Amino acid sequence: MFGIHQKLERNAIGFVVAIIVVSSIGGFMEIAPLFTIDETVEEAPDMRVYTPLELAGRNIYIREGCYACHSQMIRTLRDEVERYGPYSLAVESKYDHPMLWGSKRTGPDLARIGGKYSDAWHVAHLINPRDVVPESIMPAYRWLAETPLKVNDLSDHLAAQRVVGVPYTDEMIANATADAYGQAMPDGPFAAGVTARYGEATNVRAFDGKPERVSEMDALVAYLQVLGRLTDAAHQQTASTEGAKP
Amino acid sequence: MSVGEHDPYTGQRMTGHEWNGIKELNTPVPKAVWFFLSVTALFAFVYWVLMPAWPLGVTYTKGLLGIDQREIVRESVAEAARQRSWAQRIAQDDYATIQADAGLMQKVRESGRALFGDNCAVCHGTAGKGGPGYPNLTAGAWLWGGTPEAIAETIRVGINSGHPEGRIAQMLAFGRDQMLDRAAVLNVVTYVQSLSDPTLASGPEKEAIVAGKEVYDANCASCHGPEGKGSTDVGAPDLTDGFWIYGGDRQSIFNTVYGGRQGHMPAWETRLSELDRKILTLYVLDLGGGK
Repeated sequence: MFGIHQKLERNAIGFVVAIIVVSSIGGFMEIAPLFTIDETVEEAPDMRVYTPLELAGRNIYIREGCYACHSQMIRTLRDEVERYGPYSLAVESKYDHPMLWGSKRTGPDLARIGGKYSDAWHVAHLINPRDVVPESIMPAYRWLAETPLKVNDLSDHLAAQRVVGVPYTDEMIANATADAYGQAMPDGPFAAGVTARYGEATNVRAFDGKPERVSEMDALVAYLQVLGRLTDAAHQQTASTEGAKP
Repeated sequence: MSVGEHDPYTGQRMTGHEWNGIKELNTPVPKAVWFFLSVTALFAFVYWVLMPAWPLGVTYTKGLLGIDQREIVRESVAEAARQRSWAQRIAQDDYATIQADAGLMQKVRESGRALFGDNCAVCHGTAGKGGPGYPNLTAGAWLWGGTPEAIAETIRVGINSGHPEGRIAQMLAFGRDQMLDRAAVLNVVTYVQSLSDPTLASGPEKEAIVAGKEVYDANCASCHGPEGKGSTDVGAPDLTDGFWIYGGDRQSIFNTVYGGRQGHMPAWETRLSELDRKILTLYVLDLGGGK
């Protein structure tokens, strides 16, 4: 070993080549699997994209740093599967740019939070967590209910997501602002368009309980309520697990 | 001076470099470092052979041990279920039999506590005592019935949950939607208060109560019943029992009549197994409010 190193160090070109060879092994192993990602990620034909309102909520989730305390990744461990539901599949993060798996749980995992609690509960909980969970240490996010959602740039957000591979159509991008209004105003003129473009399973509700306006609370609750609900793939994958329960 | 020359003091080799008479030792890396490097490299090689390791295009090396994390979690969940020998009895026996069995109820309390804490406590509170907008489960005041079967059904389909067989109930916004004018709302609020507080009838509000009863009979009795006893068939609360979901003070009742209410309880059918829902039903009954 000692001898080889001594010789190598005295040969500049050879040493550079050796460095490149060694360091590219690690790089190759990290990068190569990405070229076959289309074949290795599960199929989920029913996978939906985020609506503009949900995407806006996702941006608020990122802005407020929710990922610092909440993960969105149920690991293949018994306690996690029993507590949170089926383990996360890669396909469920297919349209997450960037992914928000997180690595720390000060609060619970949120990968399957969608539909677990009511909108009213989420609103009350975000305004002041202690009102509904006395022992909570989560900060209060009161301003979300009072701050109107910025909707005029949503088309750009959708267009940016399309560049990295989310299949938004031209029609979705053109109607992003209207769809954001429509999803939070179920009786308004734009509500029908949301269902037409994003599917029957899309939640169209006054998420914050105030159908006359679209707040950041609407967006964040819409996002939370769709977590784990974009596809049924995980439930189908683990159907045999459920069957094993007595 | 040349490579291979040894330093006379330490016995180490020299690098062969010399700067103004200063020479450099070529001390080798300590043996301990080589040792650990070798052991970890050896471990890595063994691991590659035994465990899933290298990506190969659309697949990967599966390893000789055939370990699959998904298989392991599936098996461990199933194994844990098998070890709960009592679960079989809870799944099969009827509610009365289980409730009469102290040993089984102990298991219900243990596992029910975790299930309730994970799924129900955020709204109904860890002790099941509810809060504004979320019913108290220990009070014996049930919207949809307090029998074991009724509670199990409510847990299964939820309330206003969107479940196809779900329980749907709505308190109309009599004031906001202009079905009643302000005076009528105030009168009926007073009447509703008098149902659980008979002292009001002889007080200064006497006339408002009489007027309020007329409004009540025309608008409210169809759901809440002629005597305000409510109906567990349509999820209309009993107005006479002194238990309130949204508050029993004058302002809260006014808000309810004026703006309406439509509570939401999620459906748990797809989220919790039938056994888990049965344990929760027994746990809720055990909190003390069951009928």
